[in-house]
Amino acid sequence: MLFAVAVFAPLFGSAIAGLFGKAIGDRAAQAVSILCMLLASACGVTAFVQLVYLGGSPGVVSLGTWVQAGSFHVDWALRYDALSAVMVAMVTTVATLIHIYSLGYMSHDATRWRFFSYLSLFSFAMLMLVTGDNLLQLFFGWEGVGLASYLLIGYWYDRPAACAAAIKAFLVNRIGDLGFALGIALVFFTFGSIDLSTIFAGVPQHQADTYTLFGTSWRAYEVIGTLLFIGAMGKSAQLGLHVWLPDAMEGPTPVSALIHAATMVTAGVFLMARFSPVMEYAPYALAFVTFIGASTALFAATVGCVQNDIKRVIAYSTCSQLGYMFIAAGVGAYQASMFHLLTHAFFKALLFLAAGSVIHAMSDEQDIRRMGGIWKKIPITYGVFWVGSLALAGIYPFAGFYSKDAILEAAYAAHTGIGTYGFWCGLIAAFLTAFYSWRLIILTFHGKPRADAHTMAHVHESPAVMTIPLILLAVGATVTGFTFYEPLTGPNWTQFWGHSIQLAAGNNVLETLHHVPDWVELSPSLVGIAGILLAYLYYVAAPRLPVLVAGHFPPVYRFLLNKWYFDELYDAVLVRPSFALARVLWKVGDATIIDGVPNGLAALTAGGSAQVVKLQTGSIAVYAFAMLIGVVVLSLLVLLLLVVR
Amino acid sequence: MNWTLALPEIVLACCGMAILLIGVLQKRDTFHLCSMLTVGAFLITAELVVSGSPGLGYNGLFTVDTFSTFVKLLVLVAATLGVILSLDYNEHANLRRFEFPVLMLYSTVGMLVMASASNLMSLYLGLELQSLSIYVLAAFARDELRSSEAGLKYFVLGSLASGLLLYGVSLVYGFSGTMEFARLAQALSNPAHVSPGLTVGVVFVIAGLAFKISAVPFHMWTPDVYEGAPTPVTAFLSTAPKVAAIALLMRVMATPFGHLLVQWQQVIILVSILSMLLGALGAIGQRNIKRLMAYSSIGHMGYALIGLAAGSEAGLRGVLIYMLTYVFMSAGTFACILAMRRRGRMLEQISDLAGLSRTDPGLALAFAIFMFSMAGIPPFTGFFGKYFIFTSAVQSGLWTLAVIGVLTSVVGAFYYIRIIKVIYFDAGGAEFDHCPASLSVVAAAGALFTTFFFVLPAPFIAAADAAAKALLL
Repeated sequence: MLFAVAVFAPLFGSAIAGLFGKAIGDRAAQAVSILCMLLASACGVTAFVQLVYLGGSPGVVSLGTWVQAGSFHVDWALRYDALSAVMVAMVTTVATLIHIYSLGYMSHDATRWRFFSYLSLFSFAMLMLVTGDNLLQLFFGWEGVGLASYLLIGYWYDRPAACAAAIKAFLVNRIGDLGFALGIALVFFTFGSIDLSTIFAGVPQHQADTYTLFGTSWRAYEVIGTLLFIGAMGKSAQLGLHVWLPDAMEGPTPVSALIHAATMVTAGVFLMARFSPVMEYAPYALAFVTFIGASTALFAATVGCVQNDIKRVIAYSTCSQLGYMFIAAGVGAYQASMFHLLTHAFFKALLFLAAGSVIHAMSDEQDIRRMGGIWKKIPITYGVFWVGSLALAGIYPFAGFYSKDAILEAAYAAHTGIGTYGFWCGLIAAFLTAFYSWRLIILTFHGKPRADAHTMAHVHESPAVMTIPLILLAVGATVTGFTFYEPLTGPNWTQFWGHSIQLAAGNNVLETLHHVPDWVELSPSLVGIAGILLAYLYYVAAPRLPVLVAGHFPPVYRFLLNKWYFDELYDAVLVRPSFALARVLWKVGDATIIDGVPNGLAALTAGGSAQVVKLQTGSIAVYAFAMLIGVVVLSLLVLLLLVVR
Repeated sequence: MNWTLALPEIVLACCGMAILLIGVLQKRDTFHLCSMLTVGAFLITAELVVSGSPGLGYNGLFTVDTFSTFVKLLVLVAATLGVILSLDYNEHANLRRFEFPVLMLYSTVGMLVMASASNLMSLYLGLELQSLSIYVLAAFARDELRSSEAGLKYFVLGSLASGLLLYGVSLVYGFSGTMEFARLAQALSNPAHVSPGLTVGVVFVIAGLAFKISAVPFHMWTPDVYEGAPTPVTAFLSTAPKVAAIALLMRVMATPFGHLLVQWQQVIILVSILSMLLGALGAIGQRNIKRLMAYSSIGHMGYALIGLAAGSEAGLRGVLIYMLTYVFMSAGTFACILAMRRRGRMLEQISDLAGLSRTDPGLALAFAIFMFSMAGIPPFTGFFGKYFIFTSAVQSGLWTLAVIGVLTSVVGAFYYIRIIKVIYFDAGGAEFDHCPASLSVVAAAGALFTTFFFVLPAPFIAAADAAAKALLL
């Protein structure tokens, strides 16, 4: 019951704010949606605590039948187990903080009721996603967050860049969604149901099932795993389908914090963990997951090093951290990936909101080249930024230290080729992460002020309604690491996770990760510190060095600055040909053929009509002649048929 | 001999003579009285038709079965509507003569005989009685050049058609030795032994009857006569005689020549296709709504012939349902056309309808219902008529016919819906004169039947089914 309240309170808030926001005014709309979120987070956290710490039993909250067609049966039902409970608790908590923060951040906006309605709608969709008891409901939430994210990215719809970013996010996500939808279809094809319990119960029976694709047979689990992962790639902005995430920074900053750090982008990781019973038996799909995750982690970290927009740097860092989570999922350490998801939600939301606070202070300036020298003026923001960055870089004792270590150790402990690839990519990315985080801190807060005097005169600390969520998130970014390390990834992980994560018989990566060599355990912290030192060297001790380096390797620099030319590649390979094809279909297909055929037929008919009417001369002789000709022709026809027979 | 079989016809004919007497003997104007008496006579006849028992009489000349009952009732309904439609027009057009309803009555007697004919001779008698009365009716506005021309044209060409029919009858008689339907059916039970001469005779009979239903290529009189004849005559012409003639064609084709299906089927198919095409194409360019209705009726007969071409019970049933729906649509449409009068002058141009939706929304709605129904748009009756016809064609494997039918009804939909567009979307002219009650009644009856047929179609379909079964026995 509490669980259902946690899920549906945001929907209620969204409906009230969205439908009646104009009538009841911004203040009332904000109040309703925030109260609903507070209620939701109270219920969500209580439900989580009850299940995990007070020995509550997992179950399913059934809400009614949705689809009933032949053997295809779908219910509206909320799945209540450790995986969904931890997600619900995290999502409601972070979302509530962000709602409160938005009070301050959006205080100058004209249609705040709309913003809060979207924000609550998004929270509801995300909660539906994580509590879905069947794949269709999960997909409903999946599409719901896609829609809400489209609305929120394009919230400032009078900015062309925001609209373009919203459309881009939606379209790129659809590619992933196609994979997910096909995956659902194949699940139904294989298991005869899309109900999670039925699927997981049927896993042993369908081990040997194959699916023939392009003339070759594949194990059904591999195909399902790959298709679901393609869906996850879209939502979680993995290499190839990542292009929407940096552009999505066009939305208001709380949106970036909620959607593009804490919740929506983690849906893919959640999906992998949710499907662990099936994924465990799809080794090739898992290897693919690790490969993409590791590549993304490295790729996004390299790009993050050269970006100049404060939010884009954090966006690439998100991309990179999601890559870590997939590395862990791919080597079978779903617990570690969920752990990182949890800690990341806190410290990344923190970083985004702190960045928002900086932007707020700098009169909407986002370019770090025009910042600097403001740390004394906004001490709280500065402080929490440090906390967030320390957590991100994985420095003891902050949250990221525990979760990132767990992932890298798991990757190493997997002792597979792809695991090793993941480990090394992750390690390099960890170095780069620390580097760009401190590059960001130094350029943003330190040095001489590079903004104009007018802006500098206005720099001020944000109001309490913004700083309090920041401080709470900073606490979260600190404590979630050592609090949850043991229960989530320790040897007794089953006490926490129950049956929500299931491992194959031979999967003991979680035990072995505690017994990796010392250098593996130490290396993430060491490279983190090295990254910080390098950033210090570059931007404080010898500020001419970065220019020198960039000048010596211009192709490398440009390659990174242009984000590996992914956008340009897609533009040339996909977007332009699509436009060209669409133009051909429009001009030739539609205007010429589809319009032309009926128009031509109509002209033909009109012509025929004119001819027919011409026969009607009015002369009896002609009429009589026509009748006689008619009789003769008909008689001949009959006789001819007689002869033929 | 069971002479009571023909009781309805006898009573109706006697009524006709009585009404004629009344008209002649009364000094004052008796048009209205005679019209009302004619309607009464139709009602009495209808009652007699319903209560009559089936059987074969008059030495095989005359038969009564479920088919003849269905057709007779439909003919009587159509004729009644026709008489009612003429009341107001004749008052205004100075045609208020008592002979008018009497001629309609005798034409109807002829149609009833046609429906019951079971011998080529009685067939011819009924047909001629029906036709001769209508020749006179078509030329009834004798001071008007167009009307006289229409009457004369119809008479000359009708005579030619009768000649063709008689020639065909003589060929059939010559090669089979009988004119009785039942014996003909026996004699022709083995198509392989049928001589080509007899087949040619059948084609001539078809030609003669095709003229009456204005099927291509025997249709050419239709636009001229429809336009020239007084409008109530056109309304009458387009309903009752069509029903009688197509019923006759059905009986002749199904009963005596039923075994020759493979031989005449191609002829009917060809005639049907040509009628549908010409009906669709010819109507597009028309500006005169009566001419448009002429082409429309040619097209409708083409559709009805599809059912006959199918030759199956479903097909014959489809034809009967089609004619049932057609009578109400057509009578209703003509009621609307007759209401097109401005300051005492009849209007016939489609463009005169512009703006009707604002000046007379009720009439506009009725017009729209009939046009949608003619175009075959559900839930109006026109859709069901076409539906039964096309399904029967598909069941009998006549895909070509069904496809052409669907395509031509698309073309047809254009000119029907164009009228609706003129009524509802074109800038308007002045108001029409007040619509008389007689026309309102017919238009409302037609519109109600057309609109609400789909609510309770079962009894009509069952009746048509029973009638079709009677033919094939």
